[in-house]
Amino acid sequence: MSAHTSSAEKDAGKPIAFVSAQALRERMHDAVNDPHLRSSFRGAMDFLMAKRAAQFPDESELASLRTLSEGIRQYSLARLPDLLEQLETNLTRNGVQVHWAETPDEANAIMLGIARRHEAKLIVKGKSMVSEEIEFNHAMEAAGVGALESDMGEYIVQLAGEKPSHIIMPAIHKTKEQIARLFADKVPGVDYTDNVDALIRIGRDVLREKFEEAEIGLSGVNFAVAETGTLCLVENEGNGRMCTTVPKVHVAITGIEKIVEKLEHVAPLFSILTRSATGQAVSTYFNMISGPRKAYEKDGPEEVHLILLDNGRSQAYADEQLRKTLQCIRCGACMNHCPVYTRVGGHAYGTTYPGPIGKIISPHMMGLEQTHLLPTVSSLCGACGEVCPVKIPIPELLIRLREEANTAPHANPAMVGQGAGYSPLMTFVWKSWARIYARPGIYRTFSWLATRLRVLTPSSQSGWTAARTPLKPAPRRLRDMVKDRR
Amino acid sequence: MSKPLNSTGAEDTARSYPPRPEAVYFYGTCLVDMFVPEAGMDAITLLEREGIRVIFPDNQTCCGQPAFTSGFPDEARQVVESQLDLFPGDYPIVVPSGSCGGMIRWHWEKVCANDPALKARAAAIGARTYEFAEFLLHVVGFNRKDEGEPTTVTLHTSCSARREMGTHLVGRELLARLGNVTLAHHDHESECCGFGGSFSLKHPDISTAMVSDKVASLKATGAREVVTADCGCLLNITKRAAKEDLEARRVKASLPGDHLATFLLRRTGGQTAGSN
Repeated sequence: MSAHTSSAEKDAGKPIAFVSAQALRERMHDAVNDPHLRSSFRGAMDFLMAKRAAQFPDESELASLRTLSEGIRQYSLARLPDLLEQLETNLTRNGVQVHWAETPDEANAIMLGIARRHEAKLIVKGKSMVSEEIEFNHAMEAAGVGALESDMGEYIVQLAGEKPSHIIMPAIHKTKEQIARLFADKVPGVDYTDNVDALIRIGRDVLREKFEEAEIGLSGVNFAVAETGTLCLVENEGNGRMCTTVPKVHVAITGIEKIVEKLEHVAPLFSILTRSATGQAVSTYFNMISGPRKAYEKDGPEEVHLILLDNGRSQAYADEQLRKTLQCIRCGACMNHCPVYTRVGGHAYGTTYPGPIGKIISPHMMGLEQTHLLPTVSSLCGACGEVCPVKIPIPELLIRLREEANTAPHANPAMVGQGAGYSPLMTFVWKSWARIYARPGIYRTFSWLATRLRVLTPSSQSGWTAARTPLKPAPRRLRDMVKDRR
Repeated sequence: MSKPLNSTGAEDTARSYPPRPEAVYFYGTCLVDMFVPEAGMDAITLLEREGIRVIFPDNQTCCGQPAFTSGFPDEARQVVESQLDLFPGDYPIVVPSGSCGGMIRWHWEKVCANDPALKARAAAIGARTYEFAEFLLHVVGFNRKDEGEPTTVTLHTSCSARREMGTHLVGRELLARLGNVTLAHHDHESECCGFGGSFSLKHPDISTAMVSDKVASLKATGAREVVTADCGCLLNITKRAAKEDLEARRVKASLPGDHLATFLLRRTGGQTAGSN
């Protein structure tokens, strides 16, 4: 992807303010026609699919683990309001301060309040997609507080002024050579090298100092355990543990859905998460955070905070079908297996979360006005639903969102922006279609005419003939052939 | 009987099959009726040759899938309602397409969900609906002598057959019963061909990328032709290959394709409708 500057990359670092349907189309068009992007994503996704497959040699074990994981997530969501209260009670008892944020702005304001109280100049960050969702780095920098990514992939993306193109592997769109050039250009005192070990060494050296310097460490949360008031964090680089233990203040941020009731619910989810995501039996680190440093402890933060973010999740929660969106444990397997994601990469979506999960969750976060086209960018092949470790019926939800986009708004819409994709033309087309196909007599006349007048079939058939020869009705219908036979 | 669309695990796909019936209903699908009628006719011939009476309900139009997947459930329901009276006997319903079969088997009851009586009827119909290839293998027990010359083919299984009907191994098994046919597997075999109904019209760039990759993979096997049990995929793949031939000024088709029914009938000494 050397000299690649698609509109996706040009826009990548900018805040996600508005994603118009036209902009989405343009980005998708640019991305799919970029041979470097196509081959690099194909290679990376093939690698990840093979790694995952190797973790699940036994189909029946996978099936039962998926069923168990789905059950845990559905059980947790069914009790979500109670579990959130229980979590708050137990975290508070453990000395963790709990904050509630309805919007990204509220979450950032809470964070800035904490930063001001500690006169913080630098926040060092572990990987957190929720922090991407709230445009955390922009908000902090606008307020004069530095925010530095410490996950290697996120660090690369931040140096480049971009956004993650994958929720697990943020810099997967970059080649080794691009990263080498980036380091040489942006990190003071660094000469060009494309030796991967050397590049990682450079990153580690820079970050090591910053862990000492930062007043606050930020992290995400993979599972919040209500019964014990424990925050679980899955990571591979150890930077997460640094962020949560070295600075004197640790702030964790997560969505309200990332909750389970009991500690024993974590083990199966952890297992299926790492195996589905990176094809690892376990991650290198698994952190369980249950409060600030105690009087007799030698290290750990003096203060621990948890910010619980809604940002549209309550809307999904309120609808029985859409609630399944919140079962997600953010493994990224759906994007790894998606034939669309594989061909356009993550930036083309223009949303924090790309790929199949992005198509079903972004409409709740951003409203359907901006996102109504997203659910249509799918052939409904079902690969995402097939690999989802918690069995989210993603294709079914894509269809539901298409319906929400097409419908004229009801009095109590299930979603903000309902009807945003309403098209008088398409509504007319489908109503006409139903008039023909719901009346067998009319259909017989229509199909008879279509086959007998087949020479009049247009040779240009919009998107179809761009890459294919035209569809032409047969000279005679199946029903004519059947009649002749009898 | 309710199953979320495409969220298959191994436990979802196991299905028990009835004994061979005296008769079946044949639901041809709108695509076959108007665009690939030979495939439907060949499927009917195969069934009749096995001594099964084939009933072709004259009022059949469409399973409603195009409107359902495009997000127009009311229009889909109108069409589905018009089809619920077509199968008064309790014979199995055979559909020569994985996606239309999946629509009837799983989604008719969903689009009728607001009316309990309709929903129950739709569910009962869904329960006795079979994709043609799975019916031929598991119910009919198709096992005819291959009379064709040795050949190599490649097989594309539709996403619906694979993930909704759980029948992706059926095509392989049927081809394996032909003594002179070698099956060449293509890379990314489980990947979608990019058709997706309205997806191919709404997002032609991405659909084109997908079908071009699929055609390249199929051609790379060196197989003489591609066989599939789904006419949507068949048209998408062969029309893409034909366009490539046109652009390269090739006269001979570089990737001809057949519906599995046509291929099986031709190989086993039957008279195919397309050769009339």
